[in-house]
Amino acid sequence: MNPLIQGLATIILGVGGCVGYFYASNLLLDKVLYPAKGRNIASNIRRANIIRPWLFIFPALLVLTVYLAYPVVGSAYRSLFNRSGDEYIALGNYLALFESPEFRRSFLNNALWALFVPVVSVTAGLIAAQLSDTLKWGNIAKSLIFMPMAISFVGASLIWKFVYAVDSDIGLINAVLAGLFGAGPIDVIQIPFWNNFFLMFILVWIQTGFAMVILSAALRGIPEETIEAAILDGANPFQIFFRIKMPQIFSTIVVVWTTITVGSLKIFDIVYAMTGGNFGTEILPSYMMSFMFRDDGRATSVALVIMIIVLPVMISNIRQAQKELR
Amino acid sequence: MENIAGKKPALIWAKNIAMAAMVLIWVIPTFGLLVSSFRDRDQISATGWWQAMLPVELTARARTGTEATPDGPLFRVEGNIFDDEEARSYFSGTPGDISAFGTRGAEPTTYPAGTTGDLGDGETLTVNADGSYVWITPEKPGSRGQRVYFAAESPPKLTLDNYRTVLSGDNMGRAFLNTLIVAVPATFIPILVAAFAAYSLAWMEFPIRGLLIAGIVGLLVVPIQLALVPVLNLHNDIGVGQSFVGIWLAHTGFGMPLAVYLLRNYMAGLPRDIIECARVDGATDFQIFTKIILPLSLPALASFAIFQFLWTWNDLLVAKVFLPSADEAKVMTVKIADDLLGSRGGDWGILAAAAFVSIAVPLGVFFSLQRFLVRGLLAGSVK
Repeated sequence: MNPLIQGLATIILGVGGCVGYFYASNLLLDKVLYPAKGRNIASNIRRANIIRPWLFIFPALLVLTVYLAYPVVGSAYRSLFNRSGDEYIALGNYLALFESPEFRRSFLNNALWALFVPVVSVTAGLIAAQLSDTLKWGNIAKSLIFMPMAISFVGASLIWKFVYAVDSDIGLINAVLAGLFGAGPIDVIQIPFWNNFFLMFILVWIQTGFAMVILSAALRGIPEETIEAAILDGANPFQIFFRIKMPQIFSTIVVVWTTITVGSLKIFDIVYAMTGGNFGTEILPSYMMSFMFRDDGRATSVALVIMIIVLPVMISNIRQAQKELR
Repeated sequence: MENIAGKKPALIWAKNIAMAAMVLIWVIPTFGLLVSSFRDRDQISATGWWQAMLPVELTARARTGTEATPDGPLFRVEGNIFDDEEARSYFSGTPGDISAFGTRGAEPTTYPAGTTGDLGDGETLTVNADGSYVWITPEKPGSRGQRVYFAAESPPKLTLDNYRTVLSGDNMGRAFLNTLIVAVPATFIPILVAAFAAYSLAWMEFPIRGLLIAGIVGLLVVPIQLALVPVLNLHNDIGVGQSFVGIWLAHTGFGMPLAVYLLRNYMAGLPRDIIECARVDGATDFQIFTKIILPLSLPALASFAIFQFLWTWNDLLVAKVFLPSADEAKVMTVKIADDLLGSRGGDWGILAAAAFVSIAVPLGVFFSLQRFLVRGLLAGSVK
């Protein structure tokens, strides 16, 4: 029970500490440093208001700096040193990476993930959104397709491990193959190259719900008049979907697409739980984990490669945010 | 108006069928896992979960009795195979009819039930469908009877045994507790820190505010992989090491950009009038935040809380790196991925039960708080 008490204590301490910090620091500012009374009341209030935002934002900035901003620099720096960290080897780690066939394998696999997963998830999500919006039981259907969102990648991997199992009394795929076609059992996890798609489908299974929810909201946001006008002009359902609806939700599709792409570059759990990176299924995050705790230099250099791949998304997001603020 | 899009009966049928097919593909794997987790170990290996409600033909092993009565020059042993404890242990409830039997493990169904099998050297064995047998042997049986293998139908058996095994034997109970200990503080602490920051970014004027917002949007996509090595080294240097405190801090840091981003967007959308009225009435920013903004932002706080909880509960990577690798500190995802998949790789019932223990809580959260989750997704979809 000790860790349970420790956990409770931390919740109380952490939350209490945060509340205490905010309360005490504001009190200090208002009552002691720059009290809103006396001779300097005007300048006191002004000064307090200059400092206060920083009191509010300080803890968040601190953890953001330590846990996300510093690591970008820290990892970049560490990746220039060897395994033990005491010898500067410039780009040695990167050169070793580019020469290693496993790295190339994982890079190509990851590129495949970043293409296949968003294409299929967005398409399936769009179809599900479009279908469910017109059906009476659409909300139940949506809820069920959205459900894998709540399941961990490890849990999802296990769920699909059952489906993919070689034993036709466990694996649904082999049961269907044996039952309908009388075909012998195949281990889909070990088919060279194509096994990647079976792993990717697990992520598709999880991400489709996400795409569906957002795209469904976007579809509902389309002004009715545009659709009515198209119907009056004699457009068929397919024309309405592709010519009227799609262009209007295009920007949302782009957002969903990039989110899923970035996600598929970072997910390590599925490959780790399904194959452990064997059978040619290694991707960059799992390749990085194979160096974690063994060779920090190599691990950070792989992480930096992932960072460089998501950099364009990051820059475009920042630009977008700046545009919205103006 | 017959031809209005989406109103044709054939099209509606097609839509219903397509939707149903998709829902089935999405639900069946999880449902199969659920059914498997309640099935008996022998039954899982005998038939698929989709046949869980049908009887299963199991192959069992038994020994005949040894009380022989002389029968001319031979000895005759009679009895019922189900009187043997070993035979009964294969079946729950009343076993069905025996379909075939044999005397060698490699060929357990050599002879159909009711026929007499010739075992050679004048030895014969007859096993009937109801389990009664006659064994005739030229030599007086010793202390052990004849080995008999047979196939019989076993009624469907659903048990909680897998859950019992998982929760008691495999330290899964402890892992469940650990997951809770990781997830709850790692959900609450970032919310509080982020709420204050979001308020200042939404409603307070200070010089580099725009820059900070842009920076936080940029940090949204930074891969966690990048943080693993430097932060772990930092934790080791300052004495936090691999511990619960370390993982709470790490989750707080990794969840912070999304938290600040979501909450700021929501708070910036609150009506300006309320806040300015309060200012005019002499409320300080601290009072405005705690008395007005915080209560109004509850929906956004709830949706971030759900995200963060699901993410910390389901996380594997952060737990692998920031928690000690000792067994008593493992969370469920690590336990399943590292221990069960390896050591219990073929024990499907146990795996299914373990998976269900780990996904039950997030699924409960999901189905009860779904609308907050959807709202949060829609607000944060620029991520």
